[in-house]
Amino acid sequence: MNVIIYLLPLALGLGLIGLFGFLWALKSGQYSDMEGAAYRVLSDDDVESKETGP
Amino acid sequence: MTAADTLDVSPYIKPEADGTHGMDVAVEGITCGACIMQIEHAVKSLPGVTEARVNYTNRRLHVAWSDALDEPGRIFETLQANGYRGHPFVPLRAEQEEAAEARKLTRCLGVAGFAAMNVMLLSVSVWSGNVTDITPETRDFFHWASALIALPAAAYAGRPFFESAWAALRARQLNMNVPISLGVILALGMSVVETANHAREAYFDSALMLLFFLLVGRAADHAMRRKTRATAGNLAALRADTAHRFDGDELVRVLAASLKVGDRILVKPGERVPADGEVINGVSEIDESLITGETARRSIKSGARVFAGSLNFSGTLTLRVTAAGGSALIDEIEKLLEKAASAKSRTRRLADRAARVYAPIVHTTAALTLAGWLTAGASAHDAIITAIAVLIITCPCALALAIPAVQVVASGAMFRRGIILNAGDAIERLAEADTIVFDKTGTLTLPEPRVVNAAEIDPALLQAAARLAQSSRHPLALALAKEGSNATPFDQVAEEPGQGVRAVVDGVEMRLGSAGFCNASPGVGGESVSHIYFRHGNRTAVFSIAQSLRPDAVETVQALRDLGFDLHILSGDRKDAVAPVAEALGIPQWLGGVNPAEKIAFIEALKAQGRRVLMVGDGLNDAPSLAAAHVSLSPISAADVTQAQADAVFLGERLKPVVGAVIIARKARRLMIENLWLAAIYNLIAVPVAIAGLVTPLIAALAMSGSSMLVTLNALRANIKDENAEASATSAHPREGGGPAPGSALARGRAEGAAALDARSEA
Repeated sequence: MNVIIYLLPLALGLGLIGLFGFLWALKSGQYSDMEGAAYRVLSDDDVESKETGP
Repeated sequence: MTAADTLDVSPYIKPEADGTHGMDVAVEGITCGACIMQIEHAVKSLPGVTEARVNYTNRRLHVAWSDALDEPGRIFETLQANGYRGHPFVPLRAEQEEAAEARKLTRCLGVAGFAAMNVMLLSVSVWSGNVTDITPETRDFFHWASALIALPAAAYAGRPFFESAWAALRARQLNMNVPISLGVILALGMSVVETANHAREAYFDSALMLLFFLLVGRAADHAMRRKTRATAGNLAALRADTAHRFDGDELVRVLAASLKVGDRILVKPGERVPADGEVINGVSEIDESLITGETARRSIKSGARVFAGSLNFSGTLTLRVTAAGGSALIDEIEKLLEKAASAKSRTRRLADRAARVYAPIVHTTAALTLAGWLTAGASAHDAIITAIAVLIITCPCALALAIPAVQVVASGAMFRRGIILNAGDAIERLAEADTIVFDKTGTLTLPEPRVVNAAEIDPALLQAAARLAQSSRHPLALALAKEGSNATPFDQVAEEPGQGVRAVVDGVEMRLGSAGFCNASPGVGGESVSHIYFRHGNRTAVFSIAQSLRPDAVETVQALRDLGFDLHILSGDRKDAVAPVAEALGIPQWLGGVNPAEKIAFIEALKAQGRRVLMVGDGLNDAPSLAAAHVSLSPISAADVTQAQADAVFLGERLKPVVGAVIIARKARRLMIENLWLAAIYNLIAVPVAIAGLVTPLIAALAMSGSSMLVTLNALRANIKDENAEASATSAHPREGGGPAPGSALARGRAEGAAALDARSEA
């Protein structure tokens, strides 16, 4: 029984972190371009390089 | 670039929060992931640009810049230099509202998902504890913890349903959201009371799971609608006409939408008239087929009234704009439209019909259960609990998903075939149609005239003429240029105004233009056939140019006939122009020279016979009859007003999407009805169990999620494969039929739009 006292809030807390993470991602527009995100992950654009783009 | 060529985009620029200027641009030509980086790099390297972000899903670019960028037009030049075409645009109000609604739904979905998972965690503990050794104190604690999560979460995530149910109740109506809201609220209320009474079971998880499943359905429905809406918005931006406006003596290129009454504009040969207006200078012939369906040209001079969408053929015109924002409706059309819209009987959607049958049955069953258990001698508490269990288990999860799930899959399937739905219930109405009324000009025929005698002409001569034609903006030359396969125009082409173009190639002179200019004998043909002449050294050719049928019109019409449709043609064009088309297509029931009022009367007469009419049309004169018909389709080349009336718009040069739309719609309707029956069968099994008082939260959870899955999986079957669909979409690509034809922006926008869709469906 005693173990529930801290395990239950812990489980809920983890869930809440996930929920707030989701809401934050939604608000900052990370779900506005799902197809583009799939391509952006493959680009090495953010790797430091001396060359500027085309 | 001269001032006249740079587009004035100032109406599209809006201030950003950080003091920079921002603009949204619809971009043509984004086909792969590499395009994202290329565009962003190129635009960001302009001085002063602070942000450039491509939205690949919507094929759009958002740019922000500080005052260091002197000329926003450079953004478009940069895009052009990289091989893309950009069009500024402001998202439609409806699109913005839908985006806000979608965000709200997604937030609700997130909350419902979180709560459902956590409550289920607690519920499973209770269920397993109930058959082993859970203490009553622990169970109560778990139930109260569930209540603590479930009540606020349901209050938040249930709003889309509660609000809609409340609105319906206040209007003294019933929709599907009423039983849903009732079920959720009763399940939560009963669970709280039961928890307070230290009961063994509570229904918190059922209420939340129900909300979660329903929200998944709604969010998917919304995502699909947003996607089609965004594509429609892009196509509108690509089509947006520009106008040459006189600012004092200077000529500025502006968007037609920003024209005001009294502006003076210049319309060159080969351009579409961008706004309704009165001719103040110039003499020309105009093609009004997009307005009236009439293919013979009208001669105009000073004082004549011209309508937006007319194609200027021969001379340069100066107009005084009479309608702000591009085009106004011709009074007659506007009156007819209003009348047609008010006369249209609102067909009741399948979902609403189901809700009206379903809700009273369920509520009566619950009431009878209560009465039954009371007379059988059960305690009031037990009788009420059982009655509420009936309401919970019948809460129309599967029923509420049955139709939207099919709609999502079917509109996705249509989208891939180049059909963009404007109205949500268009699928149901399309499936019901049994009669099709076609407009002729621009619907059965191609919107732009074509060379009709290409097969009779020496291919080498045809290619040379087509290549020379690229140097002229004359509509006949544009039609001829589409026949060519060589993308590069000849060097040093001279244009003789009103005569034609000429060039010297390998020491031999080539001329393209009027019969006199080319010293050729005039061609023969009817009133609707035009000729353009070509001379190369001592060889001559006469090209006949006329409206021609869409390339697959004959097969499509046959396919529709095979599907059991009764076909009609109603055209505003002359009878002798309609007759050959009707004959070629084998449609015996046709009428020519019909005005908009007569078109409506014809459709009303068909409706009076109990027919459900699908109207396919593109002209301004078709707009009222599209509104009057049971369901309507229009090609993407249609007049804006007409497109706004259509239930769906199809892309590309082919007529085939009409068949695709009907086949998918019929299949979708079948699946919708199947799903409704599946939901009914589920209820037939679950309700007796609930009435008997045997339902536990575990059974409720399994039954509800099981039936929802079943309905959703069945809906996926609407995604039928059609091996011809890919072929019909690719053929709209301009590069297939030869070099990038210097066709009008309208034609190009249309074709590229289809190509962009095509690329997306492959992705």
